[in-house]
Amino acid sequence: MVAGTVRAGIGSRPCHTDGMDLHDPSEVVAALAEHGYLADEGLATAIFLALRLGRPLLLEGEAGVGKTEVAKVLARWTGGELIRLQCYEGIDAAQAVYEWDYPRQLLHLRAAEAAGPSATGADGPERVDELTDQLFSERFLVRRPLLRAISPTDDGVRPVLLVDEVDRADDEFEAFLLEILSDYAVTVPELGTFRAEVPPVVVITSNRTRDVHDALKRRCLYHWVEHPDFEREVAIVRVRAPEVSDRLARQVAAATESFREAGMYKPPGVAETIDWAQALALLGRDELDEASVSATLGSVLKYREDQQRARHDGLGRLVEAAQRRSGT
Amino acid sequence: MTEPDRVLVAFVDALRDAGIAEPVGSTLAFVEAVGALDRPSRSSLYWAGRATLVRRPEDISAYDRAFDAFWRAVPMAPTALAVETVRVVLDDDQLDDDEDDEADEADAHDDPADRVVTVRFSPHEVLRTKDFASYDADELAEARRIMAELRLGGARRRSRRRHASSRRRGDPDLRRTVREALRTQGDAVRLRHLEARQRPRRVVLLCDVSGSMEPYSRALLRFANAAVAGRARVEAFTMGTRLTRLTRELSSRDPDVALEAAAGAVADWSGGTRLGEGLRRFNDQWGVRGMARGAVVVILSDGWDRGDPDELAEQMARLSRVAHRVVWVNPLKASPDYEPLARGMAAALPHVDDFVEGHSLASLEELAEIIRADVPRTRRRVTR
Repeated sequence: MVAGTVRAGIGSRPCHTDGMDLHDPSEVVAALAEHGYLADEGLATAIFLALRLGRPLLLEGEAGVGKTEVAKVLARWTGGELIRLQCYEGIDAAQAVYEWDYPRQLLHLRAAEAAGPSATGADGPERVDELTDQLFSERFLVRRPLLRAISPTDDGVRPVLLVDEVDRADDEFEAFLLEILSDYAVTVPELGTFRAEVPPVVVITSNRTRDVHDALKRRCLYHWVEHPDFEREVAIVRVRAPEVSDRLARQVAAATESFREAGMYKPPGVAETIDWAQALALLGRDELDEASVSATLGSVLKYREDQQRARHDGLGRLVEAAQRRSGT
Repeated sequence: MTEPDRVLVAFVDALRDAGIAEPVGSTLAFVEAVGALDRPSRSSLYWAGRATLVRRPEDISAYDRAFDAFWRAVPMAPTALAVETVRVVLDDDQLDDDEDDEADEADAHDDPADRVVTVRFSPHEVLRTKDFASYDADELAEARRIMAELRLGGARRRSRRRHASSRRRGDPDLRRTVREALRTQGDAVRLRHLEARQRPRRVVLLCDVSGSMEPYSRALLRFANAAVAGRARVEAFTMGTRLTRLTRELSSRDPDVALEAAAGAVADWSGGTRLGEGLRRFNDQWGVRGMARGAVVVILSDGWDRGDPDELAEQMARLSRVAHRVVWVNPLKASPDYEPLARGMAAALPHVDDFVEGHSLASLEELAEIIRADVPRTRRRVTR
């Protein structure tokens, strides 16, 4: 989950691809790079297949490896609307699929009553039927993310649906997510079935705090997202934070990597690497030194125990090791 | 089916042999995925398989081995192939063999031919308080049956999911209110309400399978099996020299199938223990990330630890900060002159909410009672 916005310069114009014109995963690597995301071959292949086969993509991995960012960059690339559904415990159909706009329905009822008998002159039970039809029409339907994702779009570009942190929702929710993802249709009893003309691009992320149900996994393409290797991480920092010098980017990436190997409680993710590099650049640093590492440690290590441990191991040694490792 | 497709199907078979569960749907997805690649290279083939045939990170290394073995045997131009001859047998390593032997031994004990049939007055009552360590194979089988009746239910907590309430407080239920207003020509005569649902907390069992726990670990694992198969929100792990997640293996309702699967998955039966390290792994990979949050965590161990007691104390502190309750079950506690002198046990106790015995059926029933109890989170109230 790399935070931050895309700055001008790396956000090129969307190309309105529907995925069907792609022939090779390397095209995905190039297109994503143009929009500020550096994907490795494995992730690119998974994205390529998700677009070509029209299947949802399930991304699992440590927090901070850039899972959510995949959906964002896909939206920028394809020009589709990004529809985000943040999952949480207890999320249900009313928040994820659709709900009726009850306050407006009540107002409508009162207004209809005040206006007297309808134009058609219907009364009694017929009048009730007429009112019911009016109340349960699309006018009073509140479309939540899942229904929006399968509704027709203005520009005809398939939207990108991001179902974020699905492991936080409960199993009941997974069941109806599966139902919607298997035929991209939603049935509203009062109105009938909505079916997507073009299925959306679906990205589901999970931090793996529990196992996602097998049935859902079978429906999806799966990719386990790893921390990037050293050179890729340097490149990511350079793309996302152009104000950071190459030297600083290399040293920061090397130091972050050594934190990951040290077995911290919360190994820093790419998001932390970028934050840290930005923090140091903001302080006017061109390379790591012990004092500024100490001052900015909180932007990369977010547990007290981890910080204590890093200080105990020696920040001076960390700086030296990072310099050696990055060859600067 | 075209020739190249047959090769792909044979590869999926090789993965099944390597122990990865592959439903037919995955095979179809894989064939379709490779079809979408214009010029499949070795590496794009690898990644197409990873995206369609691997669904959990634990399977990645088995996939890698099978991929190498299979595609070394198959040249990259799959069209020129006689598929029927492709049969990849993966070497089992030494560890696997050992486990199998042990599992076989266990099976031999259960063999009905070996059984001596004795008539006992209410065997249930006799067994209830007998120490697992002094069980014979027969009694263990009997105990297994009794344990199947044990139901483990976590304490309940308020869920964020809400449902219609008959009471007149809480947030208004607009959906029902509007529905009813329709019948009265738009007058909302009665305001309906919502109330929060109650959900059982997750229960996490961490079972020590080191040498010193040997007399108990099989019985306790059966207890874990009964718990996991009984309801959805139970997770089970074993700790020895490594941490193994057994929730899947133990989820079978047939205890023999479940225990055999578990025996196959655990590589460190009756080895040493490093409780601190095992707990650290649990905390890092599962617990603190979400599984133990608000859960009832049950540790089944005698507290004999070859690792560093400070590490154990630190990890117990981390665990107790996220868990609802931490229950430590120590089979040795039943003996009258027991004192928690084992270094590990002494280090862990300050972070334990309940410290109980676990040596007999009766004590496991008591444990189930404690797990179910709706007591508020109490800290450091340990009965020694």
